[in-house]
Amino acid sequence: MADVASIDRTAFAEWLLRVGDNALILGHRVSEWCGHAPALEEDIALANTALDLIGQCQLWLGLAAEVEDKGRTADQLAFLRDAGGFRNLLLVERPNGDFGVTLMRQFLFDAFHIELLRALAKSTDSRVAEIAAKAEKEVAYHLERSADLVIRLGDGSAESHERMAKALKSLWVYTGEMFLDDATDQAVAEAGIAPLPSSLKAAWEATVNAVLAEATLENPGQAWQHKGGKQGIHSEHLGFLLAEMQFLQRAYPGASW
Amino acid sequence: MNAAQHPGTDQVWDWLSQVPDPEIPVISLTDLGIIRDVAWADDTLVVTVTPTYSGCPATSIINLDIETALRGHGIDKLRLERQLSPAWTTDWITEEGREKLRAYGIAPPIDGTAADGRLAGRIARLAGSSNLTIACPRCGSTKTEKLSQFGSTPCKASYRCTDCLEPFDYFKCI
Repeated sequence: MADVASIDRTAFAEWLLRVGDNALILGHRVSEWCGHAPALEEDIALANTALDLIGQCQLWLGLAAEVEDKGRTADQLAFLRDAGGFRNLLLVERPNGDFGVTLMRQFLFDAFHIELLRALAKSTDSRVAEIAAKAEKEVAYHLERSADLVIRLGDGSAESHERMAKALKSLWVYTGEMFLDDATDQAVAEAGIAPLPSSLKAAWEATVNAVLAEATLENPGQAWQHKGGKQGIHSEHLGFLLAEMQFLQRAYPGASW
Repeated sequence: MNAAQHPGTDQVWDWLSQVPDPEIPVISLTDLGIIRDVAWADDTLVVTVTPTYSGCPATSIINLDIETALRGHGIDKLRLERQLSPAWTTDWITEEGREKLRAYGIAPPIDGTAADGRLAGRIARLAGSSNLTIACPRCGSTKTEKLSQFGSTPCKASYRCTDCLEPFDYFKCI
């Protein structure tokens, strides 16, 4: 186990919230499809993906709670923080839109997530490395599915192609945030806990370009990018998501079963 | 129970081999390869378990079932430990477990075929549309096709046999 005292505990906990919140918020978003997907198989696939992400979030937020050492649990972190306390990327809180938007969002995130987890599997903190190695296998599976479907729908009918192109354009401006480094990222990178986000960009671009080319979709290229999620500055969409996700614990504090 | 009267760990492994997986009851927890260690720490039995999928809802039921089974065999001091590393892989499902899966109608996993997320090779394969050959667990035909990468539980994918026309589950490889 790495010497936690040698790194700023606050930065480490903050960074863990970022990783855990990405999994939680995307997991919740994807779970919103349960019972509504265009085909039964897709409904099941989306629910399973959501389940993997929420399982990973439990591990990350459990470690965040341990590191911050304020007596909170993973559940309390998930259900009792308000929007400003969340550290997820703006990309994962984007509304589901149509099936194409959901799949494109998944693909753009999966292609980043796999590179992040691969690097984290070599973390100097053994707890981080263990969770990452476990999650990496599941995310490799997610990436195969989302890449397959982006290709099939992008290189599909005129209607599906148009929808995927529109989805790509609307989400592209939320991808830049994945690779921005701030002081928290610098602190965990210096401790060898995590890679600098900017170091993952080249590999992400290679995956995205290969898949988009196969999908006959055009890379939107340079564009102005949104940011702020990692620092707790969110879009209005996160509040509505939390209203639903946290309802039970807010209405019936401490409820359990 | 004093030290001399502890049931041996072989005995405990045997008991655990009779605890069914809650989602796929034809195979046991030891068939699944999720029991990583059984050991005595003084007078406490420590069973180390590794989860299959991070979000598998059966994980807590599995722990409960282990506890219930071992208490039923008279073990009163028991501790379950979670071990994440090395991460569970379908390669650890025993030969016997694979046969039981097949007989139950679930095509067992093919070792060494887990997704690795390296897409370059995959994109080439997609272009040639060559899938893995999964044999139908009912008629044995290899003329099968994937319906979905995911199935009725977190550990399965959905396939269909184009000879006998039956749909079937394939154990997802990780």
